[in-house]
Amino acid sequence: MTTHRVKLTFLQQLITLPIIYELGKEFNVVTNIRRADVTQEHGWVVLELEGDMDEIERGLDWVAAKGVRVDPVTGDIVEG
Amino acid sequence: MSFASALRCRECKREYPLEPTYVCEFCFGPLEVVYDHDGMREAVSRESIERGPTSMWRYAGLLPCDADNAVDIQAGFTPLIKADRLGKELGIDELYLKNDCANPTWSFKDRVVTVAATKAREFGFETLACASTGNLANSVAAHAASAGLDAIVFIPSDLEQGKIVGSAIYNPTLVAVNGNYDDVNRLCSELAGKYPWAFVNVNMRPYYAEGSKTLGYEVAEQLGWRAPDHCVAPMASGSLYVKIHKGLQELASLGLIDNVHTRMSGAQALGCSPIVTAFEEGTKNVLPVRPSTIAKSLAIGNPADGFYALGVMEETNGHAVSATDDEIIEGMKLLARTEGIFAETAGGVVVAGLKKLAAAGGIRRDELTVAFITGAGLKTQEAVKDTLEPPLQVEPNITAFEEALGERRLAGVQTANA
Repeated sequence: MTTHRVKLTFLQQLITLPIIYELGKEFNVVTNIRRADVTQEHGWVVLELEGDMDEIERGLDWVAAKGVRVDPVTGDIVEG
Repeated sequence: MSFASALRCRECKREYPLEPTYVCEFCFGPLEVVYDHDGMREAVSRESIERGPTSMWRYAGLLPCDADNAVDIQAGFTPLIKADRLGKELGIDELYLKNDCANPTWSFKDRVVTVAATKAREFGFETLACASTGNLANSVAAHAASAGLDAIVFIPSDLEQGKIVGSAIYNPTLVAVNGNYDDVNRLCSELAGKYPWAFVNVNMRPYYAEGSKTLGYEVAEQLGWRAPDHCVAPMASGSLYVKIHKGLQELASLGLIDNVHTRMSGAQALGCSPIVTAFEEGTKNVLPVRPSTIAKSLAIGNPADGFYALGVMEETNGHAVSATDDEIIEGMKLLARTEGIFAETAGGVVVAGLKKLAAAGGIRRDELTVAFITGAGLKTQEAVKDTLEPPLQVEPNITAFEEALGERRLAGVQTANA
């Protein structure tokens, strides 16, 4: 088991979808929201995921395929 | 000695000991260094700073690590140049350029890496790591070499050869990652949690970021211990921009300069301008973007300090401005033509931003304005090489030379009159 911290950014058309609920239901991953800001136009959620790393990665790939942007909580690590 | 006293969450304000950590365990907010300001005030004076070395370590008392063991390749105390010719072109009477091309690896990254490397060694790390497409990689590799530390530098696999050489010469372990920019980010985020490395902008980030404050300190000292009226800085993660302001404010809080009323403006490339977009939309919610710009050193699509940069902009009545790739090239050429400084693309972004702000009244003609030129142009020659006048090709005799020169000058006059 491992924990992984990510920031999910949702555009307007995705805000109403229960993506975090489905992530926990479809994959063997525990989701734990720590900070969030959601408006009518867009939203972001910082959360911790707990589970096997392979399962977390499969879950995040699924989230990204839904159109949600997945980033490290640190922001971009690659710098110029 | 250092007066750093703790790490504090920028969101929920919880405090943590000075350790190699970077996010709040409670809310996952970013951590930053806090200091014992009373201790600083007693120990640091204008005179003590002026007696210090001609590098950024003259401000050691204001940094989060012990200068006696600094990993120091002489970063900082770069020239502040009065830019009369550029100022005249732009309509700014008192324009100065902070020329950070003059750092040991030719960019401002030496300021942040010297602090991160020093702190890493204090913590007992043996390996410095980073993920970078250029300046940061060069600086990490150089500082690690100087300190006898191992360096692991992650780069995208499609990085140009010329940019690899600038790091490879210092003999780090270079890892070219197959995949796109997001893939490299994700891998490095996972590696940073797995290996006992000092990842300079991840687990060392609270300390690393403090190095940028020295730009604010130096400008104030070089202006004769006063803050500028207006600063224009490039924005990638937004950290540099925020820390310049923090540096000025700290000097004021220590009584070393008068209260700061500096307006802070920031510039981004249009192809990667999430902070400018948020500013223009009147929100502090920075939506990540996929970068597409020649200004690779500013190509951070998900800026960690975007929210805080927008806060400084609002607080100081500053502006955010973006520049197209063509405007960036024109900015680089204008800077070179008027001031003899060959800056990288980020410098072009700043000069293009200055031009726009001055034309729109965003910078008043009489404001003492400082623009930050953060990296040297030799690293990004490909951005301008096809836009420059080719050399005159002549036979080795005076007639051939004079004919060729006459033709070139005639062509110049015709172009000017067209």
